[in-house]
Amino acid sequence: MSTPPIISARGLSKSFRGPGGRTVEAVSDLTMDVAPGTLTAFLGPNGAGKSTSLRMLTTLLRPTGGSASVCGFDVARQPAEVRARIGYIGQKNGAGQYQRVRDELLSQGALYGLGRAETRRRVDELVEALGLGELVRRPTMKLSGGQRRRVDIALGLIPGPRLLFLDEPTTGLDPQSRAHLWEHILGLRRRYGTTLFLTTHYLDEADQFAERVMVVDRGRIIADDTASRLKSDLAGDRITLTVDAGPAAAVAAVRGAADAAGVTGTAPEADRTGEVTRVVVAVDHGERVLPALLRALERGGHTVRTAELTRPTLDDVFLRLTGRSLREEEPGVPGTGPAPEATSVGVPR
Amino acid sequence: MTTAPTTRESPGGTPGGGPAQARPAGVLHDCVSVFVRELRPVLRDPFSLVFSLMQPLMFLAFFGPLLGGMTGLPIDRAFQWFVPGIVVMIALFGTAMTGSNLLFEIQSGAHERMLVAPVTRSALMVGRACKEMVPLVLQALVISGVAAFFGFRPSLPGMVVGLVVLAVFGVGLGALSYALAIVSRNRDWMFWTVQQGLLFPLMLLSGMLLPLEAGPGWMQVLSRFNPLTYMVDAERALFNGQFGDPSVAAGAVAAVVVAALGLTVGIRAMRNSI
Repeated sequence: MSTPPIISARGLSKSFRGPGGRTVEAVSDLTMDVAPGTLTAFLGPNGAGKSTSLRMLTTLLRPTGGSASVCGFDVARQPAEVRARIGYIGQKNGAGQYQRVRDELLSQGALYGLGRAETRRRVDELVEALGLGELVRRPTMKLSGGQRRRVDIALGLIPGPRLLFLDEPTTGLDPQSRAHLWEHILGLRRRYGTTLFLTTHYLDEADQFAERVMVVDRGRIIADDTASRLKSDLAGDRITLTVDAGPAAAVAAVRGAADAAGVTGTAPEADRTGEVTRVVVAVDHGERVLPALLRALERGGHTVRTAELTRPTLDDVFLRLTGRSLREEEPGVPGTGPAPEATSVGVPR
Repeated sequence: MTTAPTTRESPGGTPGGGPAQARPAGVLHDCVSVFVRELRPVLRDPFSLVFSLMQPLMFLAFFGPLLGGMTGLPIDRAFQWFVPGIVVMIALFGTAMTGSNLLFEIQSGAHERMLVAPVTRSALMVGRACKEMVPLVLQALVISGVAAFFGFRPSLPGMVVGLVVLAVFGVGLGALSYALAIVSRNRDWMFWTVQQGLLFPLMLLSGMLLPLEAGPGWMQVLSRFNPLTYMVDAERALFNGQFGDPSVAAGAVAAVVVAALGLTVGIRAMRNSI
């Protein structure tokens, strides 16, 4: 990689004095390099240290250990230089409640040292791009949640940053506003090549949009890769078949068929329900394996009643890494079926 | 609601390198930016200033005549003594409350957003504190105007100097209120408890409403430790054109001391406001 990283952290840590004088380590030993122009997601449950990491990188919090440079400047020693080069959209709303939308955008330009004419130009452009036209004269407390979030995005973009940090940008928004917001964020990236670094606890967002996902838990990065590679390496696809046979025969048949289809090392799991047996097999590239598997079973004279391919989610990845689920509403329970065993992942690469 | 983003050119200096890049603008420019930001809601909704005058107007309407009756002075004579005290009251109540705005902006994300901007931390305090001068002076003018209907006749040069001194005092008190807001950002009841707990003793021990000469000796001793006392005495002298009165210099010193102390404490608090 010839271009230097836009974010570079080495052993970055933050500990707080918790209740009772105990030291709570919110972030431990964060080490990473982020390349310019990329979209990176920090994924993890609430309290994992995502926001604390972001607040150190944006100079809001002083690290208690390690170092980080952002846009080539040290966050602890040259915070003013860093601030002049980044944009930040926090978890909460950035506009003052009594401020009118346009006034707050103009103030933001002044705070970033832009000239008056330049500020106006950017304000007008962002108002149009974010569809804020009819809201500009309203105090922000009269706006809806989604409208306020768009104002936040506009505020974050006023400086025209090369690097934009977003802390849970879509939390609390309805699905439609979320989709719109993503449209804006991605449009921005297409147009300006902005580097985006965001935290989220929405799996689908990290999955769909980020090129690189860092899974954070208890203050540490526990996985760092593309979403698809994380899923294939750590969770894998699952094929669930119901076969007209007893468990032993069904497993033998599926194993034989898998061998015939070129999948090695499968360990099908079976459970019998009435006349049929449900067999689950963990594979890679399930979309390619499934037809081959079905053909092989058919050639072997077996009747397959149902066939289902389950793609893993990042939640499966998280579960695999931590033994816990990311979805708070169903703690410890994976999406469907039994969790695939790592040893059972057959690998036709 | 939203329409698809229209494709236009970059908002400034992003990769291609537009005309102006974001940059630190210097302390003075930052102070002005923060000052203007704070002032905008006031200018957009000047009626809010009049509305917050309700309390001093009540004192003017229902306390002033009482004072006149008690002392046997005609209302215009009573107002010559009473109105400067009410003007200080405006400064006290307006600026002591102002921290609540910052408290709210800390609890929402507005303050955090500004801390990420390349703004000098001290400017975030100085700009805010300086804005306190504007509503204070405007409200003092309104109150003096209303009192003029009842025969209040301030010395105009005295009033100008008096308002300058009061404005300096207001900067300090505002800064202290902001500092209190920052300190109580994780428990907002503390802001109101401390603020209310200090407001009334300060007011009653300043001789703002009733002459302290009528009180016992220990109250008079306590009042000497209250910077507000010096402000009230100085404003009374100035509004009545007594430039030579020793209370004028004492009041000016008190104002400068409060401003210096407030800004020092305030700027320090602002540096640790996250």
